[in-house]
Parts: sequence; structure tokens; C-alpha cells
Amino acid sequence: MFEIIVNNRNIEAEPGETILSALTRAGIEVPTLCHMKKLTPTGACRICVVEVEGMTGLVPSCSTPVEAGMRIFTSSPRVSEARKLLIELLLADHPDDCLYCVRSGSCKLQKLAQDYGVRERIFPPRRRENTLDVASPAIVFDQSKCILCGKCVRTCNEIQKVSAIEFTGRGGNMRVAPAFRDSLNISSCICCGQCILACPTGALHEKSSLNEVAAALSDPAVFPVIQYAPAVTVSLAEEFGMKTGADLSSVLNAALRRLGFRRVFDSAFSADLTVMEEAAELVSRLRSGTALPMFTSCSPAWVKFVEEFYPEFLPNLSSCKSPQSMLGALIKSRFAELEKLDPRRIFSVSAMPCTAKKFEAERPEAGRDGMADIDAVLTTRELMRLIRMGGIDFEHLEPEAADPPFGERSTAGKLFAASGGVMEATLRTVHRLLTGKELKSLKIDQVRGPDGFRELKFRIGGMELGVAVVNGVGNVRTLLEQLKSGRRDLHFVEVMACPGGCVAGGGQPISVMENDRIRARVNSLYASDQSESLRTAHDNRAVQLLYRDFLQKPNSAIAMRLLHTGYGKRDVPL
Amino acid sequence: MEYKCDIEEILKKYPNATRDTLVPILQDVQNVCGCLSREAVIRIGAYLRLPASSVYGVATFYNQFRFRPTGKYHILVCRGTSCHVKGASNLLLLLCAKLGIREDGVPTKDGLFSLEAVPCIGACGLGPVMSVNGKLYAGIDSEEKLNAVLKECRSLRDLENGVVR
Repeated sequence: MFEIIVNNRNIEAEPGETILSALTRAGIEVPTLCHMKKLTPTGACRICVVEVEGMTGLVPSCSTPVEAGMRIFTSSPRVSEARKLLIELLLADHPDDCLYCVRSGSCKLQKLAQDYGVRERIFPPRRRENTLDVASPAIVFDQSKCILCGKCVRTCNEIQKVSAIEFTGRGGNMRVAPAFRDSLNISSCICCGQCILACPTGALHEKSSLNEVAAALSDPAVFPVIQYAPAVTVSLAEEFGMKTGADLSSVLNAALRRLGFRRVFDSAFSADLTVMEEAAELVSRLRSGTALPMFTSCSPAWVKFVEEFYPEFLPNLSSCKSPQSMLGALIKSRFAELEKLDPRRIFSVSAMPCTAKKFEAERPEAGRDGMADIDAVLTTRELMRLIRMGGIDFEHLEPEAADPPFGERSTAGKLFAASGGVMEATLRTVHRLLTGKELKSLKIDQVRGPDGFRELKFRIGGMELGVAVVNGVGNVRTLLEQLKSGRRDLHFVEVMACPGGCVAGGGQPISVMENDRIRARVNSLYASDQSESLRTAHDNRAVQLLYRDFLQKPNSAIAMRLLHTGYGKRDVPL
Repeated sequence: MEYKCDIEEILKKYPNATRDTLVPILQDVQNVCGCLSREAVIRIGAYLRLPASSVYGVATFYNQFRFRPTGKYHILVCRGTSCHVKGASNLLLLLCAKLGIREDGVPTKDGLFSLEAVPCIGACGLGPVMSVNGKLYAGIDSEEKLNAVLKECRSLRDLENGVVR
């Protein structure tokens, strides 16, 4: 440790760290646009410049190492003017349509322009060629708002290791795009949406389905129903000024009814159903010794990743649909039948922490007889907008329960939102299936935690299962390569495409990158698992009734028809 | 120009290549194949274990690389300082107008001509200069001289196709 002098005060710095890192630790805020924690700095945006005594020019603090005794000024007039000019230059080819922009209020460029007092356009507008890519079912790429910070490229390449997008061209013609400047739709993009969370502006956002949903809600001929994912209920609170991570399921039920949804279902119910189907599938694979390890298939971005990059592992994917698709199929079959409704009248909406769910809902196998099971998918962000438009104040709502027959859930289904949750929930039921007894401790500590990769040996009766939990598809490649070269000791692997799992999904509120919020959401899930009494999918009464009256038993013919599916190789430029 | 393109043959020349060899391979492929096709970009990426998007990103960084085949006669017009002073910009405008194409390498509809402007051909004393498939034409400072060059190309094609006027 040594001392540096910042704004005439001494602070401590460590040899080898950057100026930015020392400043951040000392609580001195420096604006950044291209900086990404844990990745090597690129120094692309220059907005983090500071003045260092003895150096002729301003230096980017994100990529300049500290030296003992450095005298640094972080907000001298020279620094502030330089930053303001940088912002004005960035705005030179940026549209002035903040009022209409989806990121208004959460845009870093907008905030900087406000903070540095940019009050007029000083450079004549220089418009780039209009390249709005709306062909992807999940992600809209509006090039006109791109400031070329490169965070989406680095997220895609270095974190997710998908590399669907890259800087193409040079100088004034530079633009972030997939190979051959194709549309995202036909690129290797897996629709995970992590680029959206990384984007400081409105260049990347989800393809919105709000208009369709609003139209369905106001059409008397339509019967609108909604399901919401477990991750959604623990992510809304902070956005509505309540305690971060609080589980709002019961007030959310009330809110969605006020918005006009005729039925409100909990996807955690169908997560329980997924557990039943997936546990039965795993047990049968263990008995026959085929297609092991089995991979979970709840994460549509992960499924697409396998279809593109590792088609040789397609047989290893569980044939189970995701909870969203299972419930979608049940709503337009079992529910329609019970209610004597024409399934074509039902408008089935799902609220998901995920952009890839929009892609999943458009998969041809997610429906029957030319009818889609899910008609519209909203991200958590879109759901928040819908709630605001509806003028709904959570503080004034009384808690309500979700609707039968798909309203009851165990905490096992709820755990699907966290990395390791599908594993934990499924192991509870697999143990019951194989031994006839409950696990001694339902809580499985080893699968919980924030690391991108965890593996362990798990004893069930006389059997030792090799299981692994992965979050972030960037962390799965090593494992897949090991399996390719002959590794045989694993039986069950959970993969969630987004780093941190669904609670940190690409459809979550933009502040999602802050780790403590993600932790609060996960803690809230584990707290309800600790305090509630229904903690296993197989004890969910609603699930039991559904099997008794309709599905017969897990992996039955009718369950296979409605709740299972298959996947195929995708030919995209890799 | 006509090309015989076998990417696998070219890649054989680069055993155990890593990403450092990307640009030489791209150059080699373009020299042999005339341009970098989609298939070539994807194949080179797979060979070097690089994503297609990275290969494309690198290739588009350099003006040298083309992604479409050129015309049968690929024309380079020098835009160096000396040729510019001698009227190269007029030559370029005239060529664009006559051929109905731009200097972006996209060929004419009949596939005969394509056009690119380059910084300097290295014949500064002879400006304005242009080259057709590598053959240099000096002092093209009038429409008549330009017509003569284009006519030469057109009758060459006719000769090759066996058309007798």
C-alpha cells in the first residue's frame, strides 16, 4: 500500500491497481461509459479522464496504473470541461429523442449530459445510416443510439463467450454488428439479453410486446391470462420504492387482476411440474444409463446455445419444456377445457426476467394446431411499465392468491429463479422417487452461491450422483469440452444462460448489474424456502391433482405430448 | 479476373496457425479467390478457432479486403495527391457516370467492370493513372483516353467470347 493525493487529500492505493479502482474504493466518483468490472480496461470512451500533476495530457483513470505520490485531480475545471466536450461529441451523432427513448431515465449518456450541464447541441447533427434491426424475436438493435463503448461486444465475447457481435468497419463507418452485418435474428445470438443490461444507452432493448398486451386487455372478445416467473416477484420491489428483494407475489396477483387479466397464474407452479417431469426423466435415464449427464432445459438461451455450438449434446438436454411453455400448453388445453373456453379466445401472457423467453414463445413447437401457447412475453421491465401505465400503487393493494388450478406452488418451484435452484428442487424430488423418503435436510448448501460453476457428489440412497451447477453460458464451455473428451462422472447438470441465474436475467430492471440487488433477490428466495412449509414439488397439492385428473403420471403419453419437446441443430455463422 | 478457389488447399499452407496468422490467411484467400466469401470467413474462423464475427470484424477494419467478387475488369483509380492535382477526381466521376457504378467495388450488372479508388498507385509522375486488372494506364486526362481503355476491355471480352463484329 502507498499513498496518493487526490483532490488535495491523501488516500491509499495498492501497487498495480488502476487510478479508477483506488478512487472508487475511496468513494470518489468518476463517471465511466465503457468500464466493466473484472474485465481488462479498454479506455475507449475517455469519460473517466483525470488530471495527474506532471503529465501533459489528461489520462483515462480506468486504464492508468497508480504510482506512489501521484497528485490527481478528479474534477478540476480542465477535467470537467474535457468530459463535457466528450459528451457533446458523443451527442453529435446521437438522436435527440430522449423523450421517446425506452431508456430515458436509465440512460448513462442522458445522465452525464444532465450532470455536466449540456444544454444545447453544439455540433451539427451527423446522422449515421439508419440501421434499426428489429428482426430478432427478442432484441432490438438501434444503431443510431450506439456510442461504440463496446460493452455489449465484450459481454457477448468475454463473459458469455457467444461472440455474436463485434466491431465491424472502421472510423466513421464503424458499427457493432453480427458477422457480415447480418441481422441478430440469423446470427449466433442466443437472445440472453445480457448486452441490454450492459448497454449504457437505448441502442439495445427488448422487442416490446406491450402494445399487443394492452390491446388484448381492452378487447372484450379476448380472455387475457397471465403467468409470472419466480424471479419477477423478487425484482419489482426496489423499482416501486419498497425493500429490495421483497417477494411481491401476493400484491402482484392483485395488481395483475386490476390491470384486467382474467386469471393470474404462478410459473412457480409449473416449475414444480417441471421438477416432477424432469426428476422422472432423470431417474429413467439413470436406470438406462443413456444420455448422461442430463442437462436442464429451462433456459431458452442455453438451449439455443447448445443447438448452435454443441449440437452433439442435444440428446443430453432434458426433453422437458420450460415452466413457461409447460404452463402455456396447459392453459390452452386443460384450463380451456375446464372453463369451457375456446382456446383461441385466450390471450396468454407471461412475465419473465428473460428476453430469450420471447424467442422460446415463438419456437414452432411451442403450440399446437397453428396456435401459439404463449401469445406475448413481457420482460420484468415491460411489466413495470404496464403496472405504471395502469396507475397501480402497490402500497394500497391487499395481498391476493394466484388462481387455481395453476396457482399453488412449493418453494422448490420458486427456487428456479436462482442459480442452483432447479438442481436443488429436482434433487429433493429425485431423492423421494429413488428412496421413497424425503431428504434429511431439504436445504442443499453446496448448490447455492454466486460462483459461475459448482460441482459436487450427491448421495441418494446407495447411489452417488455427480452434479454440476453452471450460470453464465461463458462458464459452460470448459465443462462441455471435458465431456467431449470423455469425462463420465456427471449425471445431472443445471445450466442457466445468464451469469447469476434468472434473477440477473436479460429482462430484469437495468440496475440488475449491481451485485447486492441480485443477492437481496436470492436471499429473499432462500428466506421463503426456510420459512414456508411446502418445500417440495411432489407435495404440491395442485400438481398432485393435475396428475390425478389429467396428466396421469410424470412422463405419461399425455405429459409427453404437452410438456415435452425436442430440439435440433441450428445452422448459423459461429 | 477469374479465380480458382480452394480454401482447404490454402489452409494447408498454415499448419498449427493461431490468430496471429489471421491477416496473412485473409490476404492469401482473397488473392486466390478474388474476395472473402461468407463461407471463407466462417471456414477461416473455424480453422483458427475464432468466431466468424471476429474474423469479419478484422477483415472490415482493412480497406484491402472485399466481400463480393469484383467485375471481370477491376479498375483502380489513383486518388493520391499528385493524381488528384492532375484531375483524378474528374476521372473517377466520369468512370462512375459511364459505368453506372460507384467506387465501392460492386460490379456493373453485366459483371464486366468494378471500380475502387485507392490512395496511391505509385506512379505519381504519370497522373492521373488508373489500372485495370493490374495493368497501368497513365495520363488518362480526357474522356477520349478513358473511352479507349474501356473499349479495349470490351473488345477483349468479345474476343474471349468468340464474338465477331
